[in-house]
Amino acid sequence: MAAGFLDRSRIVAPPGWSRWLVPPAALSIHLAIGQVYAWSVFKTPLEKGLGISGVASALPFTLGIVMLGLSAALFGTKVDTNGPRWAMLVATVCFCTGFLIAALGVYTRQYWLVVLGYGVIGGIGLGIGYISPVSTLIKWFPDRPGMATGIAIMGFGGGALIASPWSTSMLQAFGATGDDPNPNGIAQAFLIHGIVYAVFMSVGWLLIRVPADDWKPAGWTPKEQRVGSMISAAHVSARNALKTPQFWLLWVVLCFNVTAGIGILERAAPIYVDFFRGASPAAAVAAAAAGFVAILSLANMSGRFIWSSASDVIGRKNIYRLYLGAGALLYLTITLMTNSNKVVFLICSMLIISFYGAGFATIPAYLRDLFGTYQVGAIHGRLLTAWSTAGVLGPVIVNAIADARIGQGVEGPGRYTPAFMVMIVLLVIGFVANELVRPVNDRWHEPSAPTKGKAGAQA
Amino acid sequence: MSSAENTAGQDTTGRPPVLLMVLAWLWVLVPFTYGLWQLLLKIPALFGS
Repeated sequence: MAAGFLDRSRIVAPPGWSRWLVPPAALSIHLAIGQVYAWSVFKTPLEKGLGISGVASALPFTLGIVMLGLSAALFGTKVDTNGPRWAMLVATVCFCTGFLIAALGVYTRQYWLVVLGYGVIGGIGLGIGYISPVSTLIKWFPDRPGMATGIAIMGFGGGALIASPWSTSMLQAFGATGDDPNPNGIAQAFLIHGIVYAVFMSVGWLLIRVPADDWKPAGWTPKEQRVGSMISAAHVSARNALKTPQFWLLWVVLCFNVTAGIGILERAAPIYVDFFRGASPAAAVAAAAAGFVAILSLANMSGRFIWSSASDVIGRKNIYRLYLGAGALLYLTITLMTNSNKVVFLICSMLIISFYGAGFATIPAYLRDLFGTYQVGAIHGRLLTAWSTAGVLGPVIVNAIADARIGQGVEGPGRYTPAFMVMIVLLVIGFVANELVRPVNDRWHEPSAPTKGKAGAQA
Repeated sequence: MSSAENTAGQDTTGRPPVLLMVLAWLWVLVPFTYGLWQLLLKIPALFGS
């Protein structure tokens, strides 16, 4: 394959190209890599089939998420420089090779290969794939950047919805479920995942196009720059962005918003059972808890699109006021009302999780507003370290506090009261951080608007 | 194709290659709908207990 095929100049959209072909290209990548959140489907078969512990079976997932944050931060600038086709192809190769190596690992009973393949190599694919379409979408949709990135990042949430039932039925078909799962069946499932995702993701790097440098949507003119406006017409490099307070304030905002969401998401089923066990039969409560997890997934996914699109209308700062401020009040409502009203509990939980998902989806557009489009992909990549941090922080807080309460013999909703209070405090801190966000100081702006050669490489 | 071959500054929306557009969206919407359907099947149990 000629290197030129991956070059940005080869994917400048010809006349007649529609920008509405870009979201399916982005979704081809995000719907695939979102599979990572369905890893739990493989846990029990791996534990029983290979005789490994629960901690070991979680390792590929944990490493994958850590590598997602690290690779997005490390390779963000390269993704911006080389363009989205290069990034999407690298993501496809890494993510699918990870599955193939994992298949080899299970087949040869060398579990470290599963960890290396899925966790490390696949994890690099996750990070590069996650940020690969972001700056391109923002450039195609300067009039609706929140909606555009919302579609793609909703796809990351939707990936697990597809993978979870699909992987489960594949494992069943290959005899890799039950008390004595066949490890070769797990290997076959990994192999098929690698091949199918390679085909599915290929549409992404084949279809992706960048707009010509001076392209703009019909009838749209950039708003005139006003002094003090939160939407900047200037550009800031990734290196300089890290020196601004705005970057670190948004880091706090994202980290605490995600931590608060994970507070419910990570223990959703046990939380539901503890709140509504009552006198219902255990099987019915377990089924209802599965329904609760499902409804939260739906809220998580739809929130990414709905709230992020709304941010194009009401502004990024205002929408984060909603995520963080209303989020804190909703947590307070659950803490005070506990299980006295199931409908209120469900509405509050769904809104909290919709704000959690929306926090991910809206942050690229917030970065675009503050730092311009010049290296927004690289800046976004660096900001995702907040996600990695929250991925550890959220579960640790909720599990540590809840387990301690259970150890003290506390029953019912009271098990989660202190954890929810911590979440309220974190959301309030995030709210204050968002209030402190101001336009970036002129001294961090690039000397002039990036020229064709400079900016063109980043679309 | 280089950017010089494009009509500079021209809006290219509104003239989509229809077949490509339909296939591209079906490519992502079909699996997405499958996942969504599987999810919706689990929700009624939430209101049964």
